Amino acid sequence: MKKSVYFGVLTVASLAAGAAAAGTLDDVKARGKLNCGVTTGLVGFAAPDANGVWEGFDVALCRAVAAAVLGDGNSVEFVPTTGKTRFTALASGEIDMLARNTTWTFSRDVDLKFEFVGVNYYDGQGFMVPKELGVTSAKDLDGATVCIQTGTTTELNLADFFRANNISYEPVPIETNAEAQQQYLAGACDVYTTDASGLAATRATFEKPGDHILLPEIISKEPLAPLVRHGDSEWADVVRWTLNALISAEEYGITKANAEEMSKGSDNPEINRILGSEGTLGEMLGLDNAWAKRAIMVGGNYGEIFDANIGESTPIALSRGLNAQWTKGGLLYSPPFR
Amino acid sequence: MSNTHADTVAFVRDTMLPQQEPPPSSVGAVGWARANLFSGWFNTILTFVSILVIGFVLYEILSWVFSPTWNAGSLRECREILSAGGEATRGACWGVIRERWIQLLFGFYPADLYWRPILAFILLGVALAPVLFADKVPSQLIWFSAIYPFLFPWLLWGGTIWGPLSALAGFVIGYFVFKALSEVTSTLIGIIAAVVAALLWWLVLSGYVVDALNSILPIGIQAVESRNFGGFMLSITIGVVAIACSLPLGIVLALGRQSDLMIVKYICVGFIEFVRGVPLITLLFVASVLLNLFLPPGTTFDIILRVLIMVTLFASAYMAEVIRGGLAALPKGQYEGADSLGLNYWQAQRLVIMPQALKISIPGIVSTFIGVFKDTTLVSIIGLLDPLGLSNAIRADSNWNGVVWELYGFIAAMFFIFCFSMSRYSMYLERKLRTGHR
Repeated sequence: MKKSVYFGVLTVASLAAGAAAAGTLDDVKARGKLNCGVTTGLVGFAAPDANGVWEGFDVALCRAVAAAVLGDGNSVEFVPTTGKTRFTALASGEIDMLARNTTWTFSRDVDLKFEFVGVNYYDGQGFMVPKELGVTSAKDLDGATVCIQTGTTTELNLADFFRANNISYEPVPIETNAEAQQQYLAGACDVYTTDASGLAATRATFEKPGDHILLPEIISKEPLAPLVRHGDSEWADVVRWTLNALISAEEYGITKANAEEMSKGSDNPEINRILGSEGTLGEMLGLDNAWAKRAIMVGGNYGEIFDANIGESTPIALSRGLNAQWTKGGLLYSPPFR
Repeated sequence: MSNTHADTVAFVRDTMLPQQEPPPSSVGAVGWARANLFSGWFNTILTFVSILVIGFVLYEILSWVFSPTWNAGSLRECREILSAGGEATRGACWGVIRERWIQLLFGFYPADLYWRPILAFILLGVALAPVLFADKVPSQLIWFSAIYPFLFPWLLWGGTIWGPLSALAGFVIGYFVFKALSEVTSTLIGIIAAVVAALLWWLVLSGYVVDALNSILPIGIQAVESRNFGGFMLSITIGVVAIACSLPLGIVLALGRQSDLMIVKYICVGFIEFVRGVPLITLLFVASVLLNLFLPPGTTFDIILRVLIMVTLFASAYMAEVIRGGLAALPKGQYEGADSLGLNYWQAQRLVIMPQALKISIPGIVSTFIGVFKDTTLVSIIGLLDPLGLSNAIRADSNWNGVVWELYGFIAAMFFIFCFSMSRYSMYLERKLRTGHR
């Protein structure tokens, strides 16, 4: 008896889940707010400022989606998630999308039943060492002590790399990036390894950043991607094409400043289709035709968002590298708006 | 005989000498130092070594603490100020506290509504006064304490006034049902019926009534979402609620555990042992993760409410064991004495047993309180921005990335103030209640 009630509740719950998940777009519109999962704090990617306003590279994508769907880049509830709560928060419907520097992997995509909608930052695991160590390549690191965050993919990548090159290392397990900075500066380890963007951000905080170098080897692929729940393709399309719109906007030179003017019509039909002066792409998504224009006008195109949050003019000073447009030797390649 | 003798021994004095001051080297600061610090060559060496160590530590800490960086806008500016002052690069970067202390206190609570949490916590002091300092305030104030549990959430979360009023109405309904039924039938039936009636009201009826009343008379203050709670406000809210609810729950559980009614007893034992057998962080994960998966999507079961319930249950299990310790310490004669006076179970508990048992358990109870208050920092693991969670978020601002000690120092100082005052209060209470068998 008890068991059947329990299963009954589960069935009802999962049916309801299916019903609710079928219309995230409608849910968001009805609610008037986008619930966007972000990290509890990662330099350049998401952080609240002194007034509690969230800023950062991942945050900008949330705002762009909110602007596309709801017309206002501020109609976002930012839900801080930790590495442990992020996937359940998404699966349970507490958040509509997750933009939390999450690496797109096979098992997360397939086994955890999520849908990654595209890559917004191509990262990779790198090494930072003090200059005085005289090391120029990661292959010289035989016998080094390495600060590494436990329970991450970086830990596994590190083991793979050292084994493949037949050299030894001594891990110094640490829990958080802040702890790693202290340990590394105190000399508890010779090398600090984590995502290259994190290394750059960490090095920027040092008193003498010039005393430390990032080694040229990048030993893993970490495509950071926003994701949504499986089984709601309409909503996935909205997020995916908002990201693509930001990327295409950079490719075609649409900026925050000129989007309004260009939307009146231009010679390039692709631009017209993106900005909605030609065709009915917005309606196909279940939005209006100005959706992409609004998304671009919140924080600018992909390049502007990059420069404002993590680009070379910021303290983090990341170069575009892999995250340049395909026309400039990078990997950003948006499918055509047609 | 004696007279001649007195004359012959000239060195025997027959008058009293006037009393003299003790030698300056054995009184006052010098005397104290001689007696305690320099009472032998070994102690003298130890004293000098200790002075050197303390002086070194103090010099290091104070030269770090007193650093002219209050107005800096970023870690870089701090370093510029420090290196311009020629003090190499040591020194705290207090700019981060200047910029973020309000955020560390209130989280993301709307700035124009800060008066509400402040008022709530001031009134908390007023409401606690009749409980904590019963002999110093008018006893009518206890009525305010009774209303306060409904005022507190209303001030913090805002919204319609009818919500807390209908919660209050549940208790009133329960009371009248109990009163009506217990006179006709037995007390037990009265209690059960009252609980059922109150639950029926809270879970089924009150929602409609609140909506209806709100559409007729929309009185209320601006609502604030739980997501905006953060910083010390969040810690104190969770701590206060858990502390206030866990004491009565703990008493009930402790009594239940000693009860002769088998079902009651085993339910209490099972609950206590289960909750004490799992770490708090597990319960928090259940609150944040599992409940979310089991509840149908769309149900908004507030995350802070879930955390509050879990922390309260956790604290009450520990509280029950602390109070059981107090009950066990009472001599059996006290129970028998109460029986011999003809008191029934509840009268005996209220008048004889509990006052003594609670008095014995005060240090344990306050320890549990302090522990619960500090455990609230665990909520940062499930993504709530308590002070520790916020310190991480603040470091994620590229201006302050790399600031560690200043933030943790500030948070530690705040926690120390709260915990230390709790511990001092418990000592005051012990002294006050000491009826003395010594």
